[in-house]
Amino acid sequence: MSETQSTYNYKVVRQFAVMTVIWGIVGMLVGVLIAAQLVWPDLTHGIPFLSYGRLRPLHTNAVIFAFGGSALFATSYYVVQRTCHTRLFLDGLASFTFWGWQLIILCAALSLPMGITTGKEYAELEWPIDILIAVVWVSYAVVFFGTIATRKVSHIYVANWFFGSMIIAVAILHIFNSAEIPVSFLKSYSAYAGVQDAMVQWWYGHNAVGFFLTAGFLGMMYYFVPKQAGRPIYSYRLSVVHFWALIFTYMWAGPHHLHYTALPDWAQSLGMLFSLILLAPSWGGMVNGIMTLSGAWHKLRDDPILKFLITSLSFYGMSTFEGPMMSVKTVNALSHYTDWTVGHVHSGALGWVAMVSVGSMYYLLPRLFGREEMHSVKLITVHFWVATIGIVLYIASMWIAGVMQGLMWRSANPDGTLTYSFVEAVKATYPFWTIRLLGGALFFVGMLIMAYNMVKTIAGGKAVDLPVLKPAAQHA
Amino acid sequence: MSDFTSEFWNWYIILISLVSIIGCGIFLWMQSIHKPKSGAAETMSHIWDENLQEYNNPMPKWWMWLFYITIVFSLVYLALYPGLGRFPGVLGWTSAKQHADEVAAMDSKVGPTFDRYLKTDIKALAADKTAMETGQRLFLTYCMQCHGANAKGSKGFPDLTDTHWQYGGEPNQIKESIMEGRTGMMTPHPDLATAESRQKLDDLVSFVRSLSKSDVDPAAAARGKAIYAEMDCVTCHGPEAKGALSLGPDYAALGAPDLTAGVWLYGGTTEAIRNQIVNGSQNQMPSWKDFLGESKVHLLAAYVYSLSNKK
Repeated sequence: MSETQSTYNYKVVRQFAVMTVIWGIVGMLVGVLIAAQLVWPDLTHGIPFLSYGRLRPLHTNAVIFAFGGSALFATSYYVVQRTCHTRLFLDGLASFTFWGWQLIILCAALSLPMGITTGKEYAELEWPIDILIAVVWVSYAVVFFGTIATRKVSHIYVANWFFGSMIIAVAILHIFNSAEIPVSFLKSYSAYAGVQDAMVQWWYGHNAVGFFLTAGFLGMMYYFVPKQAGRPIYSYRLSVVHFWALIFTYMWAGPHHLHYTALPDWAQSLGMLFSLILLAPSWGGMVNGIMTLSGAWHKLRDDPILKFLITSLSFYGMSTFEGPMMSVKTVNALSHYTDWTVGHVHSGALGWVAMVSVGSMYYLLPRLFGREEMHSVKLITVHFWVATIGIVLYIASMWIAGVMQGLMWRSANPDGTLTYSFVEAVKATYPFWTIRLLGGALFFVGMLIMAYNMVKTIAGGKAVDLPVLKPAAQHA
Repeated sequence: MSDFTSEFWNWYIILISLVSIIGCGIFLWMQSIHKPKSGAAETMSHIWDENLQEYNNPMPKWWMWLFYITIVFSLVYLALYPGLGRFPGVLGWTSAKQHADEVAAMDSKVGPTFDRYLKTDIKALAADKTAMETGQRLFLTYCMQCHGANAKGSKGFPDLTDTHWQYGGEPNQIKESIMEGRTGMMTPHPDLATAESRQKLDDLVSFVRSLSKSDVDPAAAARGKAIYAEMDCVTCHGPEAKGALSLGPDYAALGAPDLTAGVWLYGGTTEAIRNQIVNGSQNQMPSWKDFLGESKVHLLAAYVYSLSNKK
C-alpha cells in the first residue's frame, strides 16, 4: 500500500496516451476515406455501411471523442497528479474510465456504420451508449476532483481549472442534450421538439467545441508549453480573466449556428454578440501561451515539440478570430452551409486540437516509458512539417471552395433566376476537394510517422511509475 | 412577437443579457486596476511540479481594448437591433422583414417581364428564345432534382422530353400538372403474391409485356388478356390498355399510363412489372402555385412544352 502511495499512477496515462495515437489514425483514416468519396462519389460502390452519411459521424466521433477524448484523459490525469503532488484518486475508478471509454468508442464504431443514430450532430450515439457515457464521465469527475481534493499544495494550478471546467460543462451538456425517450433498445426520440430541439442541440454542439475542444486543450497548453519551454507562464492575471470570461461567454454562443432560421431574432442576436465578445477571452490563451516563450524564441528552432505547441496556438488564434467573424449575421449569410465551415472546423481540429495533442504526446511518451526523449527527434520534425503542409492545403482549399460556393449560390441573373444550378457549384468544387484530400492524407501520414516513432520508443523503453514529488518549499 | 409566454421571461432575458455583458466589462476593469511595478517581471510565489511558475505581467493593453470594444459594440447593437427580449431595437429590423423586402424589390424589378409572359400564349412563349432561357434556368433550380438537368427523368420520375404523357401534353394540361400537382396511384394486389396465384400473375405480366414486345409466349399472353379484362385494370388503363388519356379528357386526372407504348416509369422487365402489380406504387408531383406563383408556372409549362415540341 505504501508502495502505491508513493508513485504516480502512470499506467492509466500510458493506456490513454497509446490509444490517442491509435484512435487518431483510425479517425483520420475514415476522414481521408470520406474526403475521397467526395472526389470519387462511387468509390465504395453503394455499400451501405461505407456510405458517406454513415461514415461522416463515425469520423467526427472518432477524432473528437476517441482521439481528442483519449488525449484529454491522458494529459489531465498526468497533469493533475504532477501539479497536485499526489497519486491519482481511486486507481480502480481511473482504470474503469479507461475501459469504459474504450467500450463507448467500440459501440460507436459498430452502431454508426449500421445506421443507428439519433440524428443529432456530434451526439449521434443512441441512448444506451449515452447512459454509458454519463456513467464514465461522472467517474472521470470523481477521479479528477478527488485528486484535486487530496492535493498536497494549496494553490490549484491553472491547467486544472481548464480541465475541471471541461469535465463539469461536458457532463451538463451531454446529459441535457441527450435527454431522449427510448422507443426500443436502439431507437429514441429527443425530449425536445422543433426549434427548441435545435437550440438545445446547438447549445450542446457549440459548447462541445468550447469546453471539450477549447477549454480542455487549453488545460493541456498551460502545462506542456511552460514545461517544454522551461519558462514561467507569462501572466497569472491574464489567465484568471480569460478563464472566467471564456467559460462564461461560451455558454451563450450556440445560436450563431441557427442564423436565419426559425429561431427568434433576439436569440440569434445574442448568439452573435456573445460570439464576438468571446474573441478576446479566447485570444487570452494564445497570448499567454506564446508570450510564455518570449525571451526563449531560439528554442523554437531546434525543438520540434515546441514547434508543434506554438504552431497549435497560432492556429488556435486564427480559428478563434475566424469563428466570431463567421458568427456575424452578414458574413454567416455567405459562409453558412458551405465548405468554409468545414475549413474553419479543421483549422481548429487539425491546427489546434491535433497539433497541441501531438506535441503533448511527444512530451509524455518518453517520460511514461522511462526514456529521455522519443526514439527519433528527427522524425518529430518530419511529422511537424508534413502535418503543417497538410493543414495549410486543407484549410486554404476549403476557404476558396466555401467562398466560391457561397457566391455561386447567391448569384442571380437580371431576370431573378439563379445564375448557377446547385450541381454547377458541386462541379466547381471538385478541384478543391481533391486538394483537401491531399492535405488530409498528408496529415494522416504524419500520424503514421508518429505511430512508428511511438512503437520504437516503447520497444526501447520500460514502463515506469515515478515517485510522487514533494511540494516545493514555498508550498509547504 | 409570441416568443415569450409571459412578461417574466421578457424581463428575464433583458436583465441577464445586460448584466452579463456589462458584467464582463466590470470584471475586466476590476482585474486591470492591479498594476505591477514596471521592470523585472513579478512572479507569483507558487511552484508546482519542480519548476512550473507564473509571472504576473499585466494584461496587454491592446488585448483589453479589444475586449472593451466588443462589449461596447454589443451594447450599441442591442440598442439598434432585436436582442433584448421584446424590445425590437431602434431600427425596427427583423429577419422576416428583410426577406420580405428583398423579395418585393426583386418582384418589382422582374414582375413586368413575368406579367407579359403570363399574358402570352404558351405555344407562342415556347418559341420565344429569351423566355425559354429564363424557363430553363427556373427548371434547373426547381425541377431538376427529380426530372434531371436534361429533363429525361429517372425511375419513378417521368421523361419530359418524349411524347408520352400520363396527364396530357397539351399546354393547359402541363400547366395544370405544375400548378396543382398530381397524385398517381397504382393499386396493390397482394392477393396475387400467393403461390397458388403465381400462374395467374405470370400470365397477366405476359399480357402486359406482349402489348409492346414480341418475345412473349402468345398462349400465356392470351390467358393474361382474359385476366386483365376480369380484374380492375380496365377501370384506369382502359379496355385497350392504352391508358387513361385514351378514354377522353375527363379521365386525364387518373394518370394511368398507356401500357402499349413501351415506356415504363418503374421499369419494363418481367420482375419490375410483377412487382408493380403486386405492391402497387404511389407517386406525387408537388403543387407549385403557392411557391412560384402563376406567372413562373406558366413560363415553366411553356419550357416543358418546348422540350417535346421542337420545331
